[in-house]
Amino acid sequence: MDGNAPDFAAASRAALADPELRGNFRRAMDGLMSKRAAQFADTGEWTGVRALAAAVRLRALSKLPELLEKLEETCTRNGITVHWAATTDDANAIALDILHKANAKLVVKGKSMVTEEMHLNAVLEQDGIEVLESDLGEYIVQMDGTMPSHIIMPAIHLNTRQIAHLFKRKLKDAESREDAAYLTDLARRVLRAKFEAADVGMSGVNAAVAETGTLCLIENEGNGRMCTTVPPVHIAFMGLEKVVERLEDVPPVISLLPRSATGQPITTYVNMISGPRKDGEKDGPREVHLVILDNGRSGIYADPELRDTLRCIRCGACMNHCPVYTKVGGHAYEAPYPGPIGKILVPQIEGLAKRGAMPHACTMCNACVEICPVKIPIVEIMGRLRVEAVRPGGAVKDGGAKASRTESMVWSGWAAMNASPTAYRLATAAMSKLGNAAPSSLPVLKEWTNVRTKPRFAGRTLHDLARAKGIPDV
Amino acid sequence: MSDARNSILAKLRATRDAHPLTPPASDFTPIEAKVWPEEERLPRIRRLMEAVHTEFLDATEADWPAVLRGFLAREGVGSLLYAPATEAGKRLVEGWEKGPLPAPTLIPYDRPLEDLKPRLFNAIDAGLTTTRGAIAETGSLILWPTAEEPRSLSLIPHIHVALLRADMLHDTFLQAVRAQGWAQAMPTNVLLVSGPSKTADIEQTLAYGVHGPKRLIVLVIHP
Ligand code: SF4
Repeated sequence: MDGNAPDFAAASRAALADPELRGNFRRAMDGLMSKRAAQFADTGEWTGVRALAAAVRLRALSKLPELLEKLEETCTRNGITVHWAATTDDANAIALDILHKANAKLVVKGKSMVTEEMHLNAVLEQDGIEVLESDLGEYIVQMDGTMPSHIIMPAIHLNTRQIAHLFKRKLKDAESREDAAYLTDLARRVLRAKFEAADVGMSGVNAAVAETGTLCLIENEGNGRMCTTVPPVHIAFMGLEKVVERLEDVPPVISLLPRSATGQPITTYVNMISGPRKDGEKDGPREVHLVILDNGRSGIYADPELRDTLRCIRCGACMNHCPVYTKVGGHAYEAPYPGPIGKILVPQIEGLAKRGAMPHACTMCNACVEICPVKIPIVEIMGRLRVEAVRPGGAVKDGGAKASRTESMVWSGWAAMNASPTAYRLATAAMSKLGNAAPSSLPVLKEWTNVRTKPRFAGRTLHDLARAKGIPDV
Repeated sequence: MSDARNSILAKLRATRDAHPLTPPASDFTPIEAKVWPEEERLPRIRRLMEAVHTEFLDATEADWPAVLRGFLAREGVGSLLYAPATEAGKRLVEGWEKGPLPAPTLIPYDRPLEDLKPRLFNAIDAGLTTTRGAIAETGSLILWPTAEEPRSLSLIPHIHVALLRADMLHDTFLQAVRAQGWAQAMPTNVLLVSGPSKTADIEQTLAYGVHGPKRLIVLVIHP
């Protein structure tokens, strides 16, 4: 592991040792899973709409360059200024430039995963600009000085008691009350003053419609509407895969996203923005900017198998159902996107040298594939990344970074043993005679036996048993 | 940044052309199949929206201003922001007759947001908007803000009152988009609203009124 690489194993050990954290995740994930299941009780409906949503996303990807051009054209016609960013540095520079021109001192933000990817808040703060997350979960996490632990529910790792303590510490006038309604109301008062005063509002984009130049944003709280309505300037950030071809493609995506994410039939607000304030209109921002970010996505797109990663609509259902994520929580991944989608997306964006451990944090149980509303073959892509991590020359950045001599020797030994009947017989006979004598503290075995009971070898090999039953050996 | 644009698009185009992708047909039938008999749409919308704390009032074309006035007066609402240039705004003023309780003060939204901001954030209790119908599948109102009826009317006041005509109901979002020809003329902002502002960010506990309106009142106008 290189010096800067996050250490998933160590971080997950720490998470596993924290019963309060585990309890918080367990409760939350159980709730989300059962609410989602209730929404999709009609399996015929689920199958049909899911196939449609997958087709919509695939059709968008099949025409991606044309649709992005079209989106630029329709947005521009609507008065939205479109910017292109190859890297997160470019995107941050674009954001700063807009903010400087607007002479902005205070920014309010709606939830946006792309800006997490860009570490935008840190960049703005360094520039002396106050930036406030306004989604309640994000606001809590920002106040706590940490990262979101879930892409839909950023503060899911904390319970009411912990949040009440945080508010008490950080907000003057906060009473010590472990009461969600009181805490929510307190946040409302603080944030309303900020919405009113903000110079610029920022948001993500759930889907951008090429046909009409429309940015769709879904949310429950109204903070996204505040950020995109009240300040004089709105900047929206999107990964380049977020485009859809037609307005009619939005309903299938909106039908599956909230149901998969939180088990709601729809979010409270579906907000569709097609331009800045027009002449005669009394509100809405006077400027709307759209920043389209690549940051490795065009590389993912280049590979026909990995391309499916870009179908994702960021519903988070895969994490809610992942046996690894639900045990260790989102922070263990130390990545903007945790859980199954993170395990395939982040290594492709950031490279396998830094993120080669992520695709291994998977039991290959397929739960994420079964619930993914756009049918991403997450586990297949995970397998591909595992191979590329140890084999140079693949499509993914820093392929081969995790190659280990011991591992490749073990596997070539394994291959040789299975290729020769004699070697195979000798090896299996030796294992059934001596395997149980090998101490579990042996260096190669230790990683496994640390957390599991060492398996017991049977006294006789399968071939012996078969022969004894009169099945002829080959 | 046009360099970034061109190189991103060139790369996407080249790699796509080298490995084209043939998507399956987009079969919209599963959504098109979602239809409800006319008489079931409104009860369904009501049930779904009440489940997320929306309140309903019934009225007719003739009496809706009086119904609204009575309700807001009983609730002790002090001020109602409305759009004076709309048909509904005119009807509201005409029908705002006297009643036994003190009625809320009517405040016209007749200037840019900037000039109204402090009052809107701090002194106005309720806002009234029309809707372009509602959606049976999910229990959602369609809001179509215009120059006359600004979008912050339904966002900033603590109470949002929405007029819904009982004969303007759609089965699904898709059906509304098609029937109303949205793709031909999208306004600056369209919204689906399915309840008052809410959050479950604190330990999955639902709390209403986090940033937007704390209460959503749907005033159904029956033909
Ligand atoms: S991979 Fe699928 S389940 Fe996971 S966030 Fe993306 S769309 Fe949702």
